Amino acid sequence: MKGRSAITVVSAALIFFAGYAALFIAPDESTMHEIQRVFYFHLGSWMAMFTALSLAFVANVAWLVTRKPQWDWLGVASVEVGVVSCTAGLITGVLWGRPAWGIWWTWDARLTTAFILWILYISYLLLRGLIEEPQRRASLSAIFGIFAFLDAPLVYASNRLWRTQHPSPVILGGENSGLDPTMGKVLIVCIVAIMAVMILVLVDRYRLERLRHELDELRLAADARGFGSDSGSSSVLTKGLP
Amino acid sequence: MTTARAAAIVLTKELRMEFRARELLSTTVVFALVVVVLFSFAFDPTAGESRRYGPGLLWIAFLFAGSLMLNPSFAREQSNQTLDALRMAPVSPFAILLGKMLANLIFLGVAEVILVPVFAVLYNISIGGIVGRLALVLVLGTLGLVVTGTVFSAVAAHARMRELLLPLLLLPLLAPLLIAAVEATASLFAEQPALDRAWLAFLGGFDIVFLTASWLLADFLLEE
Repeated sequence: MKGRSAITVVSAALIFFAGYAALFIAPDESTMHEIQRVFYFHLGSWMAMFTALSLAFVANVAWLVTRKPQWDWLGVASVEVGVVSCTAGLITGVLWGRPAWGIWWTWDARLTTAFILWILYISYLLLRGLIEEPQRRASLSAIFGIFAFLDAPLVYASNRLWRTQHPSPVILGGENSGLDPTMGKVLIVCIVAIMAVMILVLVDRYRLERLRHELDELRLAADARGFGSDSGSSSVLTKGLP
Repeated sequence: MTTARAAAIVLTKELRMEFRARELLSTTVVFALVVVVLFSFAFDPTAGESRRYGPGLLWIAFLFAGSLMLNPSFAREQSNQTLDALRMAPVSPFAILLGKMLANLIFLGVAEVILVPVFAVLYNISIGGIVGRLALVLVLGTLGLVVTGTVFSAVAAHARMRELLLPLLLLPLLAPLLIAAVEATASLFAEQPALDRAWLAFLGGFDIVFLTASWLLADFLLEE
């Protein structure tokens, strides 16, 4: 546990430094000024989301192929972290959009894709909560996760194709056309910090899922030996048995 | 037994059940009609306005009707454990899924054949010259809807609150299909009707992606 505390402290220090760097070290952006500083965390959140959701896709496929419960734990842990990162990305985006574009939201391809992904993966978590049997929950949510992941490029392509026919009043991006070197360094610090926090939370969530699994196994074993407690939770668990 | 033959048997069973009960189709048609009528209060259905909002309205009605209609597809196999009997049959799980997809395609297709003329009359849209092309758009769009919807019907059948869960899982996933189908329909409803090949190709692509995924995942979907 000593190693873990050290990693937590390092990640916390990193994220504080990243916040400081984004606010005070990065130079002022010439057209958007102070509000542009949200960009460092905005982009970091999206990178964390894409990493987490790609990991979830790998875990979903791996669960179906190997049937090792570890992949199921990784799947739910990465989707949860992905949804949180997506929420952070959406909120920072909306906060940035209002001063920069004059509107909170626009149905641009990237924004729409992010929003649909957010809803899809929240549905994934809801679905898991509504299926009792662990094996079935893992398989069915993995199938849904794979479908959701396949849908993401289609959502993006359809919105891209659609909005190019009806030009959107707002153009995303432009900030990468020649990034100031200091800005670039701050950006890297922010991305590393957010990724570190993401991985830390992911590992914790994975461990929590493993402990839950172990607890379920122990309860089942206790029930089988006739030591079943008369609490409601154990009766729910035994319902899944043949 | 080949997959095609097994799927045909499942399809016949579904059609026979529906022919005897006749509850799914009538409910779906009336529900979609209610949606179409309610939309007439949401905007002023003059010819120009209808051309602008009509395609979206029509597809929203199909999507809502489909997401409700597809729920019993697997849910009613739960009540008497008939899904276990289906699983025990010596056929591939994909054949069962395919038979149900085809049945749902027919059910929703029949509902659409009834609804589109009613919609055209109520919203002043002339569909006389575009029937063939509209049918192509409807088939491609509906195929994508029933492929994903049937798979999710099997997913939701094992969950609590499945009636509410299926639209929740299905509708966001269908966002790209909705955009493509609405755009393809809109170019047919325009003053000079034209078939938008790009959107048709997109619809075809959507169908292929999810049909392939269903084929690959069918074994896991219907496992015990």
